[in-house]
Amino acid sequence: MSERIRQIPVAGALAAAALAAVLLVAPLGLSGFWLQTGLFAMAGGIAAIGLTILVGRAGQLSLGHAFFLAVGAYGYCYLAGGEQIPGVEAPAGLQLPPAVALIGATLLAGLAGAIFSPIAGRLQGIYLGIASIGLVFLGQHIMFNATGVTGGFNGRDAVDFSLFGLRFDDSSGTGSGELTKLWYLGLFLLAVSAWVAHNLVAGRPGRALEMLRDSEVAAATMGVDVGRTRATAFLVSSMFAGLGGAFLAIVYGRIVPETFGFVLSIEFLVIVVLGGLGSVNGAILGAIVVFGMPQVLSNYADSLPLVASPGQGGVGPTQLSRYLFGAAIIGVLLTARGGLAGIGHHLRARVNRRRADPVPTPAP
Amino acid sequence: MNEFLELTLSGLSLGTIYALIAMGFVLVFKATGVVNFAHGSILLIGAYAAARLQGDLGFWPAVAIGAAIAALAATLLDVLIMRRVRTSEPTTLAILTLGIDIVLATELIRRIGSSILTSGAPWGSEVVRIGNVVIPEARIAAGIVAVIIIAAFGVAFRFTDWGVAMRAAAADGRTAALMGIRLNRVAAGAWALAGALATIAGVFFTSFPSPGVDNATGLSALAAIPAAVIGGLDSLAGALVGGIIIGLVATYTAGYQGDLAFLGRGLSDVAPYTVMLIVLLFRPSGLFGEQKVTRV
Repeated sequence: MSERIRQIPVAGALAAAALAAVLLVAPLGLSGFWLQTGLFAMAGGIAAIGLTILVGRAGQLSLGHAFFLAVGAYGYCYLAGGEQIPGVEAPAGLQLPPAVALIGATLLAGLAGAIFSPIAGRLQGIYLGIASIGLVFLGQHIMFNATGVTGGFNGRDAVDFSLFGLRFDDSSGTGSGELTKLWYLGLFLLAVSAWVAHNLVAGRPGRALEMLRDSEVAAATMGVDVGRTRATAFLVSSMFAGLGGAFLAIVYGRIVPETFGFVLSIEFLVIVVLGGLGSVNGAILGAIVVFGMPQVLSNYADSLPLVASPGQGGVGPTQLSRYLFGAAIIGVLLTARGGLAGIGHHLRARVNRRRADPVPTPAP
Repeated sequence: MNEFLELTLSGLSLGTIYALIAMGFVLVFKATGVVNFAHGSILLIGAYAAARLQGDLGFWPAVAIGAAIAALAATLLDVLIMRRVRTSEPTTLAILTLGIDIVLATELIRRIGSSILTSGAPWGSEVVRIGNVVIPEARIAAGIVAVIIIAAFGVAFRFTDWGVAMRAAAADGRTAALMGIRLNRVAAGAWALAGALATIAGVFFTSFPSPGVDNATGLSALAAIPAAVIGGLDSLAGALVGGIIIGLVATYTAGYQGDLAFLGRGLSDVAPYTVMLIVLLFRPSGLFGEQKVTRV
């Protein structure tokens, strides 16, 4: 590993630094719309990191990712919320400090993943994928019916985030003040998630997962506890989803059960396939594309040919992005297995005029 | 007691419909190792075509053409896309079918929009009374047709050359190929048959008491996936049993909704998935699925 670190070219480090600088000053120049889109992409990116580890590294399919986002989102709202205003009926809550609630929501999602571990540990690959569909429907049923906690069909409000008395709301009165603060919070959470994930996949746990993916027998022979490792991968993945979901709740300000349906699970699968299965950076790129595209398309619906504004007949922005996502999955799996991360890697290898280390092999 | 009998009968009938869908699912899995998430969209293609055509052609010709269209669509998917990645991991193949499903479902749902297309089945909303038990004619017809198809299918699978080829290919593809069985042809046949079965199921699925083909039909057909999983993904008999279990569970939970109110509204939508999770907890390969044991 240390050799790999030394190999990082100066150009790469400079590019990373430039990217970081751009991201840090971005809120100063971006309108509220773009900030909002960026925040969605960050929330999606955090959650997608978990899925890419599970699907790409451990070779376990999950179509239940939306469920764990929901646990995180509602968990945050429950832990932080619950302020009762006389005369208004509001869902219950523990009124913890939002920062504590954010961590609590992540742990709660992990707990949900652990409860599922008897199934997650025993089922392999595609079988887990099918079983996890059940979680999404079960989750939606609970969200619609446990009105005391979730607010039912109408959903519930998410408490504004605050840290050490600094409130992430619009109190400064500059209009996009809340979004700017949230932008930095999102960047921080995303950076921490990516850092943790990089360490995880580069270290012993990551190697154990890859071995398990490639050969269960070989992994078991080398002393990897198959069931336990699978269950742990699922648990870790659900914690990332929980954190992403909690941040999503903060960005939305209000969450409803419909957000966390089967479609969201599939969107996350699109993200990780598009980004390149197993690649942490790819998952973030994929989230930017998948969460950004519908927003961009609907923003420019008037000036784009073939795209109808919402409400008109013809192909709307949401549908157009669906077509593109579906086509992207087919295209990536038929031709460019590495996804966006793989393409980036090839370009870099070409620029460097030497063979860079191989792309993290996607799940075969 | 009457209510229980009524529910049981219509549950059995609904179960045979689910079984038809689940059998297509299992068939494709056995022949090509693909867990086909585009199955719901293929069903929707057939049911949509049949509902569109029945006004001009009459019900049965429309169903036949719808089934042919769905079979053709499924075959094209196999020949044009899935055949190129035949040797990939099941997970990759499944994700690929999800991509296909996104495209197909989006287009179909866009075409259907907010309208509801009636299936135009000749039995409409008539009911039959046997003693005190009341059953919709559509349910009886569905049960009879499904049982005939399943029986014909079982006979064909057991006694015809095609059936032998299918079973050989599923048991050991390599050896079957060496024996002169064309795997690609077997695979395409399985996809086509799955498409036709799905259409027939789809037509009944959207007949009375369902109002017709609408934009949620594909999603409700997804409940056949638990049926296939409960039975075991690689067992055709399992698909039948799983389908009937799901049909009964869905019907009982809908029928006794009032008594089960403490479990929340809309229970019948989620019950199939709950049963699936419970079964998987005790039998990870389903009730009839082959359990793979690896010894080192």
